[in-house]
Amino acid sequence: MAVTIAKERWSSKCLEVALGSGPKQIKVGGETTLPFLHFEGETPNAPVVALEIFDAQPQEWPDFLSSVYEGVLGDPAAWAKKCVEYGADLVALHLSRTHPDQGDASPEDAAAVAADVAAAIDVPLIVLGCGVDEKDAAVLPEVANALAGKNCLLGCASQENYKSIVAGCIAGGHAVIASSPLDINLAKQLNILITEMNLETDRIIIDPSIGGLGYGLEYAYSIIERMRTGALMGDKMLAMPVVLLVGQEAWKTKEAKTPDTPDWGEQRKRAILWEVATATSLIHAGGHIAVVRHPESLKHIKEHIAKMMKPQAY
Amino acid sequence: MALTGLEIYKLLPRTNCKECGQPTCLAFAMQLAAGKASLEKCPYVTEETKEALGAASAPPIALVKVGVGEGVLEVGNETVLFRHDKRFEHPTGIAIAVPDNLGPEELGARVEAINGLNFDRVGQMHSVDLVALENVSGDVAAFAKAAKLVGEKTSLALILISEDPKAMEEALKETAGAKPLLYAATSENYEKMAALAKQHDTALAVKGQNLDTLADLVAKVTAAGVKQLVLDTGAREANQVLGDQTQLRRQALKRFRPFGYPSITFAKSPDPVARVVEAGVHIAKYAGIVVLDTVDRAEILPLVTLRLNIYTDPQKPIAVEPKVYEIGAATGNSPLYVTTNFSLSYFCVAGDVEASRVPGYILTVDTDGTSVLTAWAAGKFTPEKIAAALSESGAADKVAHRKVIIPGGVAVLSGKLQELSGWEVLVGPRESAGIPAFLKQFWS
Repeated sequence: MAVTIAKERWSSKCLEVALGSGPKQIKVGGETTLPFLHFEGETPNAPVVALEIFDAQPQEWPDFLSSVYEGVLGDPAAWAKKCVEYGADLVALHLSRTHPDQGDASPEDAAAVAADVAAAIDVPLIVLGCGVDEKDAAVLPEVANALAGKNCLLGCASQENYKSIVAGCIAGGHAVIASSPLDINLAKQLNILITEMNLETDRIIIDPSIGGLGYGLEYAYSIIERMRTGALMGDKMLAMPVVLLVGQEAWKTKEAKTPDTPDWGEQRKRAILWEVATATSLIHAGGHIAVVRHPESLKHIKEHIAKMMKPQAY
Repeated sequence: MALTGLEIYKLLPRTNCKECGQPTCLAFAMQLAAGKASLEKCPYVTEETKEALGAASAPPIALVKVGVGEGVLEVGNETVLFRHDKRFEHPTGIAIAVPDNLGPEELGARVEAINGLNFDRVGQMHSVDLVALENVSGDVAAFAKAAKLVGEKTSLALILISEDPKAMEEALKETAGAKPLLYAATSENYEKMAALAKQHDTALAVKGQNLDTLADLVAKVTAAGVKQLVLDTGAREANQVLGDQTQLRRQALKRFRPFGYPSITFAKSPDPVARVVEAGVHIAKYAGIVVLDTVDRAEILPLVTLRLNIYTDPQKPIAVEPKVYEIGAATGNSPLYVTTNFSLSYFCVAGDVEASRVPGYILTVDTDGTSVLTAWAAGKFTPEKIAAALSESGAADKVAHRKVIIPGGVAVLSGKLQELSGWEVLVGPRESAGIPAFLKQFWS
């Protein structure tokens, strides 16, 4: 009995966004189907994986995470290079030192660090602020200026601070991460506000605010699925690629932080699985860029993506 | 597709005899459409109507039961492609493989390890569901002997994996009472396998080489009278499994009857991370049962957690018990936080209190499991309710001070709360991630 393959006829597609420049430029998005359903439509670009680095020595990282970056943890540019050696598609620089409670580094300071990192690598750079709206509004335009022309991805812009960040991105030729708190309508609204400032729609990446595995992952999972179907049905304000800030969620879970126990098994294995499973689940919902911390997570996620990019035999 | 009330009405006698307990046939039809009445209530309904309504009201994916008693696993009855469309009904059964060529002691130890794969998550136990005994020895007697031993050692449901009907027959002599899932009927053996499944009234897995051969085989097996089926498309590569599982679900929802059964998949990569990732994809993308070859607790924990997440009903917020929770070794001088009993709110606050490295108490106020801002907007997180929770929860006995920290998003409540409760109200950060910084500044 020949089974007729069931295909959805989608009327539209995800937006394609280019990041970085030169031979290592990356494109994300552009799909005309749900994740990895090759029998139904095109997936011109595979999801990509970034490694996350910091402008300050991380506190409280388990040994098996900090040891893979031994010798470079205090030097963001060297750290970024190490990430490229590990095979990162992009590097995400987290400006944690600009946080008012963690050094309150000045926008100029932060911009200098970002420029150093950008000069050290040839893959695209993501720059993440400290998460305090007012501070990011001051820091990121400065960063945008220092990185002008490098086509970086800067964020996160929220409903509270998007204006100065988006203005900075327009002036410096960067893409922006539009961040909203686990709410598809707020995500859409922020995208509208940003495009009203005349940033092109293919210069926006959505951060839906994810929860880690076991910590509200399902909310992000469904929001991302709804964004993808929305995009394929023609909603231009949901059609931007999605970034998954996995590392910060996965590594703060109890499951990643608890040492070896008889009940939960080996910490190293468990923690990496937590990061990998959070990322791959949300990639299967429709995520495009996963930001993770452990190079082994990077390797496993990329291997899985490579498998999934093979067409189905029908 | 399910029939509407009016469509059902046309099939009824339309005599308004009231014997079904409803005032009119139309009212009865409406009850039927809503699933609130059953057709047997009507004494005059014709056989044709029964058939038409029966077929239309049957779920697109059959409910299949494996095992007996406490260990019974139910899979199937799914109705949607996306969990946000309604919900996923029956969580994927997680099966752990056991080869039949282990010595009795090793086999016993393996089953014990599987029995112990239980994990506590906020007071709820989450476990694996099945033991899948594989006839890797190829030997009939060894398979039967191992089946007997496994059956004695576990109350979990069983899967008997052998394509040799003789081995299956012998193993069933030892385990038929446990209603195992027989895996699998193939194009070579389906007549004998179907006969065994019928004889012992067990569920039968049907294994094709692809969707086409699977549909053929299902038709043959159902024609032989087996109704409890589990489908295997034969795919083992991650990309093909995703495609096939998507097809099975889509086709079933379109009422392609041969695919109207739950599925079984295998994630048996020798690489631990790859098998967990792939099993995770199977759980999210429609598998009824997934078989893994590991008893490593660090691998199973993420999978039971992912299953819990994906199969959570998106229309029903998950609540935690409203009470005072202790984070770390809290004492009389530890800070006291208030949030709602929405589980995610509680988890966020608990995680960030833990991150602050200052032990504390969290009082969750009963807001029917809604989040802080939603509950506030709905009048479920009011100064009155928080004050009542403060006095009724025993919070006053836990802390020597009279200070309570409320979420920054509801700062507006602070005056009234202070007045009603007599506690000093500190306005915390808007996001729980700000708790460590908040403590540094406002708590000494």
